[in-house]
Amino acid sequence: MKISKEQVEHVAMLARLELTEAEQEIYTEQLNSILDYAALLDKLDTQGVEPMAHALPLKNVFRDDVVQPSISQARALANAPDAEEGFFKVPKIV
Amino acid sequence: MLDDFEMVAGVEVHTELWTKTKIFCGCTTEFGGEQNTHVCPVCLGLPGVLPVLNRQVVEYAIKTGLALNSEIAEFSKFDRKNYYYPDLPKNFQTSQYDLPICIGGHVEIEVDGVKKKVGITRAHMEEDAGKLVHSGATISTSDTSFVDYNRTGVPLLEIVSEPDLRSIDETVAYLEKLVQILEYIEVSDCKMEQGSVRFDINVSLRPIGSDKLGTRTETKNLNSFSSVRRCLEYEIERQAEVLREGGKVSQETRTWDEAKGITLSLRSKEEAHDYRYFPEPDLVPMLIDREWVERVRQTLPELPDARRLRLMGLGLSDYDAGVIINSKALAEFFDAALAQFNDAKTLVNWVTGDFLGTLKAKGLPVQLSPVNPEGLAELLNLVAKGTINGKIAKSVLEEMFATGKGAAQIVQDKGLVQISDEGAIAAIVTQVIEANPQSVADFKAGKERAIGFLVGQVMKASKGKANPGLVNKLLQEQLAQL
Repeated sequence: MKISKEQVEHVAMLARLELTEAEQEIYTEQLNSILDYAALLDKLDTQGVEPMAHALPLKNVFRDDVVQPSISQARALANAPDAEEGFFKVPKIV
Repeated sequence: MLDDFEMVAGVEVHTELWTKTKIFCGCTTEFGGEQNTHVCPVCLGLPGVLPVLNRQVVEYAIKTGLALNSEIAEFSKFDRKNYYYPDLPKNFQTSQYDLPICIGGHVEIEVDGVKKKVGITRAHMEEDAGKLVHSGATISTSDTSFVDYNRTGVPLLEIVSEPDLRSIDETVAYLEKLVQILEYIEVSDCKMEQGSVRFDINVSLRPIGSDKLGTRTETKNLNSFSSVRRCLEYEIERQAEVLREGGKVSQETRTWDEAKGITLSLRSKEEAHDYRYFPEPDLVPMLIDREWVERVRQTLPELPDARRLRLMGLGLSDYDAGVIINSKALAEFFDAALAQFNDAKTLVNWVTGDFLGTLKAKGLPVQLSPVNPEGLAELLNLVAKGTINGKIAKSVLEEMFATGKGAAQIVQDKGLVQISDEGAIAAIVTQVIEANPQSVADFKAGKERAIGFLVGQVMKASKGKANPGLVNKLLQEQLAQL
C-alpha cells in the first residue's frame, strides 16, 4: 500500500495541521516507509486467528455507578487558554 | 403530503441513560449545575487519564436492546470517532463503530389502524458532548463561543432505525413509541425539554413508484415530536422543489431553526464525514455472557403493547386501553386501582372521565394526583355496594381532589349515604305526584318524557341521595295505580 501526497494533505487537514510543501513530501515518504515496515506482517499466516480488539488479555473491566467528587471550576479552567464566567472561551467555530 | 414524491426516512435517537454517574468517570450526571463543576480530568480529556466503563450503562443498553427485540452482542468494544469540535475536549468521541452492543430489532407502530414493524439497525453506547453557548445569535454570526463540559461524558445510547419510515405520521408514531418504551423500561428520564432524548432525521425523496433511494439530508438535534413534524414538513417540501426544478439534493447535515421553522445547511462539503474510527486502546472489550442477558431480561417490565392487550382482555376498548397505557404512570395508577376494584370497564370510565378531566383542569401529572389509586377504588366500591349513587360519587370525587379526604369519610361527614329505604322513597314519590298534577296528566296522556321531570323532582327532594333505580320503580308503580 502506498500513501499519496494528496492523502497526507487530506489527513493533515482533518488533524488541523498546516504543512508546507516540503513537509508534505517528507511525511509522505516517512509514512510510506513505516507502512512498508509494517507490511512485513502480511507475510504471516493469519488463517484462523481472530482479529484483535485490544492488546491486553483483559475483558469486562467495569466500575460501579457511584458518584465521586468532581474538581472545582477554578481547577477545571486552570489551564484554559481563555475563560469567562466559568466557561471555556473558544474562538469562532464556523 | 406530496403527490409526486414518496419520502423515505430513518431516525437516529440519542437518549441519555439514567445513571447516577458519567459513562467513564464518577462525575454526577445531574442536569444543570453551575458550568464546569461536574467535571474531572477524565471527562475533560486531560493527558494521562484512564476511563473506566460504568457497568450500569452496559446493563441499560442490554435492557433497551431486549425491549427493542435486538440481538445482544456477545463481544462488543468501544472505538474512537475523531473530529474537531469544541464541545468535545478530547478531539474524539468514545463511541462504538463496528461491534455495537445491540444488533437489529424492531418497534411496532400503528398509523390510521395500519400496523407496521419499523426495523432497528443497531444501538450503541457513547458519551455525550458538552454544551456550547454562542456570543451572537447563531453559531456562524458569533466571534466566540463558551463551553460547559458538565454534560460531556453523560452516557448515551444511540438507536438507529432502518430507512423504513414513509410518512411524517409514521416517523412521529415511531418516535413516540420508542420514547414510550424507554420510559417504561426506565433507562432514561425521557425529559425532552432537558435534551434527554434527541432526534437526528435522515430523509430523502424519490418519485412515486421508484424503488431507488434518493439523496438524503440529515437534520440534527431535534428535541420534540412537534419539531420533528414541522422539520419534515419543511424539509420534504424544500427537497421536492429542488427536484421539480431538475436540481439535485446535496447530501449534507442541516440544522433546524425552531424560531423560523426552516432547516439550514450546517457543514460544508470539505468537512465531509471522515471520522477515522479505530479501537479505543484505553478500554478493554466486553464479553457479555448469556446469563447476564437473562438476568437483565428478568428486570423488564410489561411493555406497552403487552399491557394494552392485557387491558383489552379485561374488556377495555382499544381506544381506552391506549389512553391508559400512554403514560406509564397512568398505567400503574390503573393497575393499582384495579387491584382493589376489579370492574375494569367501570374503572376506565372513571379514570378517563372525571379523574383525568380533573387532573387536566388542575394541570397536575398523575404522579402528583391528590387522589391515589386506593382512594379511587374506595369511592367506586361505595358505588358498587349501593352506599352512594353515581351522581353523588362525582361530587365526592371533587371533594376528594379538593380536600385529600377519603371517600367514606366524606360520605359520612356530609351524610351522603344513598336512600334505599323503599318506604322513605315512596313517601317522597307520593308528595311529588301530588305537587305536580300537570306532569302526571301529561304522562297519563302518553308523554313518556314527563316521567323524567318527576324523577328529577324526587331526586331533588332527596338531595340527590335517593337510589335512582328505586325512584324509577316506585314512581312507575304509583303512576300506574292512578
